[in-house]
Amino acid sequence: MGAGGARIAVLDYGAANMVSITRALATVGADPVVVAEPACLTDVDALVVPGVGAAAPAMDHLRERGMLEPLREWVRAGKPCLGICLGFQLFFDASDEGNAPTLGLLSGRTVALESAPTLPHIGWNSVEFVREHPLFDGVSSGSYFYFVHSFAPAPNDPSIILSRTTHGRPFVSAVAQGSLYGLQFHPEKSSDAGLRVLANFVGVVNGSRATPAGVA
Amino acid sequence: MLARRVIPCLDVDNGRVVKGTNFVNLTDEGDPAELADRYAREGADEIVFLDITAAHEKRGTVLDVVRRTASRAFVPLTVGGGVRSVDEMRAVLRAGADKVSFNTAAVAEPELLTACAERFGSQAVVCAIDARRLPPVEGTAPRWEVVTYGGRQPTELEAVAWAVRVVELGAGELLVTSMDRDGTGSGFDTDLLAAIAGRVRVPVIASGGAAGPDDFVAAVRDGKADAVLAATIFHRRTHSIADVKSAMAAAGLPVRRTEEWAA
Repeated sequence: MGAGGARIAVLDYGAANMVSITRALATVGADPVVVAEPACLTDVDALVVPGVGAAAPAMDHLRERGMLEPLREWVRAGKPCLGICLGFQLFFDASDEGNAPTLGLLSGRTVALESAPTLPHIGWNSVEFVREHPLFDGVSSGSYFYFVHSFAPAPNDPSIILSRTTHGRPFVSAVAQGSLYGLQFHPEKSSDAGLRVLANFVGVVNGSRATPAGVA
Repeated sequence: MLARRVIPCLDVDNGRVVKGTNFVNLTDEGDPAELADRYAREGADEIVFLDITAAHEKRGTVLDVVRRTASRAFVPLTVGGGVRSVDEMRAVLRAGADKVSFNTAAVAEPELLTACAERFGSQAVVCAIDARRLPPVEGTAPRWEVVTYGGRQPTELEAVAWAVRVVELGAGELLVTSMDRDGTGSGFDTDLLAAIAGRVRVPVIASGGAAGPDDFVAAVRDGKADAVLAATIFHRRTHSIADVKSAMAAAGLPVRRTEEWAA
């Protein structure tokens, strides 16, 4: 799966299962490193922002650690960044969950799932593609991925939407804008389909690595 | 569409999978991480470890099981049994689990559910409810009492009211076991499941009494369960996870198909 070797920083801000995401990235050939401070962002090829839980405490934690600006700078510089679940939601302007301002990297708000028959939305649900994207290479539209959340972002720019999923009403389950990627589901908990998406992300990172031959 | 989950449950004693009847005649059945990985490859939508380790000083063994499983099986993991504080829950989650299930501890200290939900989110807090049918009263709907300590201890809590209460306290999912049916192979108690599912919005996992694929269909169709859990029939290989999913799909229920068994 993929050429591998990409050094991928996984942001630990106290809101994620770090074992699963780091082991999943290693399984698809990447070299994951857990980071909790801005200084650790030098010397890595990509950044993964995982997470489950509430937006407000997560933002507080990032602020206390001085991570807000380094994170924004990373994305503005066009470096590859993947947000998962809460990490994905934090990319938008604000969240209705605790009425928290979030990173403002993507235009839109994170809102509560409406008309959901059960909440939280827990389990495997089908991801219906809106358009083709390298992140979903080798995965068929309608494949099942594991979700666990009660909120989802509503992007203002429909052109960034890669897929939708329905629980009550349809919501946006994946986006891409430049080198910024967001997934509402957990690829690290979605068995083979999830590993394939992570492998595709690592492939994109490898493709964007500008390291000349011979330089470590 | 949200798939109905099929969840194998592994009883873990001192780091090893055991099976037995009512916690007696336990026999060693192997390494939990290995078995969990096999189930994941066979299409399990989630794995539940029930830690039945009695000796307190051996409690840490389940953390090693979770760590080893999370390193190779990329499906959701839940740990039940033995977690009695926010700190203990943090240790289990840090080892790689996604959820912790509370049973006796929730009855003894209901505020624990709230404390854990505030710290880790409701989605990580499962409340296990073991219920036993009360003697029928002519002309009234059936009622169930919550029992703890593996069914040995009655609590005088009415199961449906308790379900509503624990959701208010912060539980994001309910694991409902019929103690009348558990180990009998006479099917899930769909009346109990429907009574609870009709009163809460969180997902309900059915447990206790599965004998064959049709029982799983009934738990979802009649009991309105979102997920079905079983131990014995999967361990003894009486039925595979694929058998159960095929029956559910044939009954028109949405299930996640995996390459191993999809046509």
